[in-house]
Amino acid sequence: MTAERIDDFPTRQIAGYRVRRGRPFPHGATLVPGGVNFSVFSDGATAMTLVLFERGAAEPMQELPFPPGYRIGSVFTMTVFGLDLESLEYGFRADGPFDPVRGDRFDRNAILADPHALLLSGRDTWGVPPDWSRPYQYRSMIALEDFDWQDDAPLRTPTEDLVIYETHVRGFTRHPSSGVPAPGTYAGLRAKIPYLRELGINCVELMPIFEFDEFDNGRVNPGTGERLHNYWGYNTIGFFAPKAGYAATGAYGMQADEFKALVKDLHKAGIEVLLDVVFNHTAEGNEHGPTISFKGLDNATYYMLTPEGYYYNFSGTGNTVNCNHPVVRDFVLTCLRHWVAEYHVDGFRFDLAAILDRGPDGTPLPNPPLLEQLAYDPILRHTKLIAEAWDAGGLYQVGHFPNYGRWSEWNGKYRDVLRRFLKGDEGTVGELAARVAGSPDLYGGRGPAASVNFITAHDGFTLNDLVSYNDKHNEANGEGNADGANDNNSWNCGVEGPTSDPEVNALRLRQMKNALAILLVSQGVPMLLAGDEAGRTQLGNNNTYCQDNELSWFDWTLVDTSAELLRFARQMIGFRHAHPILREARHPLGVDFSGVGLPDVSWHGVRPWEPDWSPGSRLLAMMRCGRNAAGTKDHVYVAMNSHWEGHDLELPELSGGVWRIFADTGAAAPYDIHEPGTEPMPGHPRRHHIAPRSVVILTGSDD
Amino acid sequence: MAFTATLSSGSGAATIHLAGELDASTAPDFHEAIDDAVATGAGRLVIDASELTYIASAGLRALVFARQKVAEDVVIAITGVTEPVLKVIRMAGLDHGFAIATS
Repeated sequence: MTAERIDDFPTRQIAGYRVRRGRPFPHGATLVPGGVNFSVFSDGATAMTLVLFERGAAEPMQELPFPPGYRIGSVFTMTVFGLDLESLEYGFRADGPFDPVRGDRFDRNAILADPHALLLSGRDTWGVPPDWSRPYQYRSMIALEDFDWQDDAPLRTPTEDLVIYETHVRGFTRHPSSGVPAPGTYAGLRAKIPYLRELGINCVELMPIFEFDEFDNGRVNPGTGERLHNYWGYNTIGFFAPKAGYAATGAYGMQADEFKALVKDLHKAGIEVLLDVVFNHTAEGNEHGPTISFKGLDNATYYMLTPEGYYYNFSGTGNTVNCNHPVVRDFVLTCLRHWVAEYHVDGFRFDLAAILDRGPDGTPLPNPPLLEQLAYDPILRHTKLIAEAWDAGGLYQVGHFPNYGRWSEWNGKYRDVLRRFLKGDEGTVGELAARVAGSPDLYGGRGPAASVNFITAHDGFTLNDLVSYNDKHNEANGEGNADGANDNNSWNCGVEGPTSDPEVNALRLRQMKNALAILLVSQGVPMLLAGDEAGRTQLGNNNTYCQDNELSWFDWTLVDTSAELLRFARQMIGFRHAHPILREARHPLGVDFSGVGLPDVSWHGVRPWEPDWSPGSRLLAMMRCGRNAAGTKDHVYVAMNSHWEGHDLELPELSGGVWRIFADTGAAAPYDIHEPGTEPMPGHPRRHHIAPRSVVILTGSDD
Repeated sequence: MAFTATLSSGSGAATIHLAGELDASTAPDFHEAIDDAVATGAGRLVIDASELTYIASAGLRALVFARQKVAEDVVIAITGVTEPVLKVIRMAGLDHGFAIATS
């Protein structure tokens, strides 16, 4: 028998609703016995009103002004009793000055979404055109947090052991060939977990899943006249709400459950979940953008403003979130804690994270309090924190992002030099050595897990396009091919775009294998772009943020037509998991730490122990030596040749045992890669011919 | 149509027969029937949904409530569920711990 509590009772009526003064924390709408506690912060508001809607109705059913006594500091709070949780939508109306020079943009005509809303309705089913005449587009809703997690627990996979797979919830299964019951949804992705397991990855990084509006892109495809979407979703509306349009059950308001079911089943399959989060800007744009939430509640707190009251634009999208303001810091921290505690996610990748270390006037801070706070937070303590360590305002911090021993980085330098080496550029082998060894020059004090290595990501060419196009082809984006990066470091192997030339296609396939091979033997954390394992193409478009169509979707027929590449990728991932020496938590130093008679890393050329570091060199071999999990000796030799000619390699002598060929991208399938235990020996125990533009991987054990 | 949740029991099973519209306003009646069913100590709980005319997300949540309320070794069978409702239950991941039969 629960004792009745006096604070469970209303003390007065407002607009026909029984209410009492609420509790200021937590912010947002929280279930309390008999009612809902509403709490919202606004420093500058002179008055605040809670606006209640019946689900789906255009006009509010009631407006409840917060009485003066319901304001504590700058927090307005009220508990409302007897609400129908399922059919309720709510928002706020904030009254205050409109004085942009002072930073205030209050508008009492706007109904504002709750920044802490746990669900948002309004874009419940992807692609259903909204009714723009409605006064309140994105409607806050209450979420019930009664999902049965069973015994789900964080996997806590060591960061250095991760193989990350970056994907888009909709794009992964939206293609008709996916064969799942609910294409393009959380449930669809959940149905593809067996594929991910078979591939061997142990971590998915989901492009933004916080609620956004796929209709906030006004452009059309000039070729087809079709309306373009905001497909990627880097334009957040609700930071606490999972995107409803990604849920097959969004129309039922059950997107939170569906997303949780996905996380739970990924965990059961041994796969961690990272979220790509966008705290650098919001969907409210600049002074010409819409007023959705923050702008109308407390513009001067949430955004970086110039002395004249305009928006700083370090994000390239109109506004910049004022991340190191104490109130905004709390907001970001609360949000991340919510996703870890309520949704069991395992970590985050922060979009344009360099913005997170700028102060309110945009100056980079030497000791940014937000980053420090996230690094030491008790709830985030064992999560992965990965920074995209640059922004659109020119701040580039790869190698020196403020990290507090916790943060990893997307290693943009790894991507750039790998691409340049692969296409055969001069003067790359010196830097290549540093990058494949975990970039000790950048992360010496932090360990290789600080380096997320990648060759491709959602931003830029897919792997297939990297070897098929010299230039971007973004005409379909409606900006005259002016959008997207120009420094792609790509090479089309002789023909721009698709070709029937068998030699060009064979070279492209080999180049893709070369890229995957080097990525998966590099020290650091490899990240694959979804579909690259099967040669997905975007027809040369390197910025498909607006393309909700076959340009972006994973065509699952590739799994059959690119079976050779897929097999190679699976084997390479398996190889990485089988060789702990490739994923040690410390950088190799060229020292024999494990007593195997050879240093942990050494460099070689055509002749052993004689690497050619000259600018014209296009061949480098790396040997990694140590012990495997069972404590026996393990050796891996990786020869990387971007020269258009083959070379006869003399192999380093092992301290015992023999070399076996695990992979040779110059060999025709199925001899390009071998099942563990079936690796053949080279024709001569100390010699192997490396073909033009090829990678050879040998293993040696002391058996 | 008014919602009703009727409990009957016999031969080791408790059966809750649902009829009408199950939504946020009627879910408490369902919860009450679940409590009563638990009190019978039956080893098997059957939820007969064949005469439900409408089910909202609160109704689906009531199923989760039933699973959490009833001892783990008690089998819960849901019968007479329509295909669309079954699909939502599966997509949202609420099907754990139920034996579900469609109508």
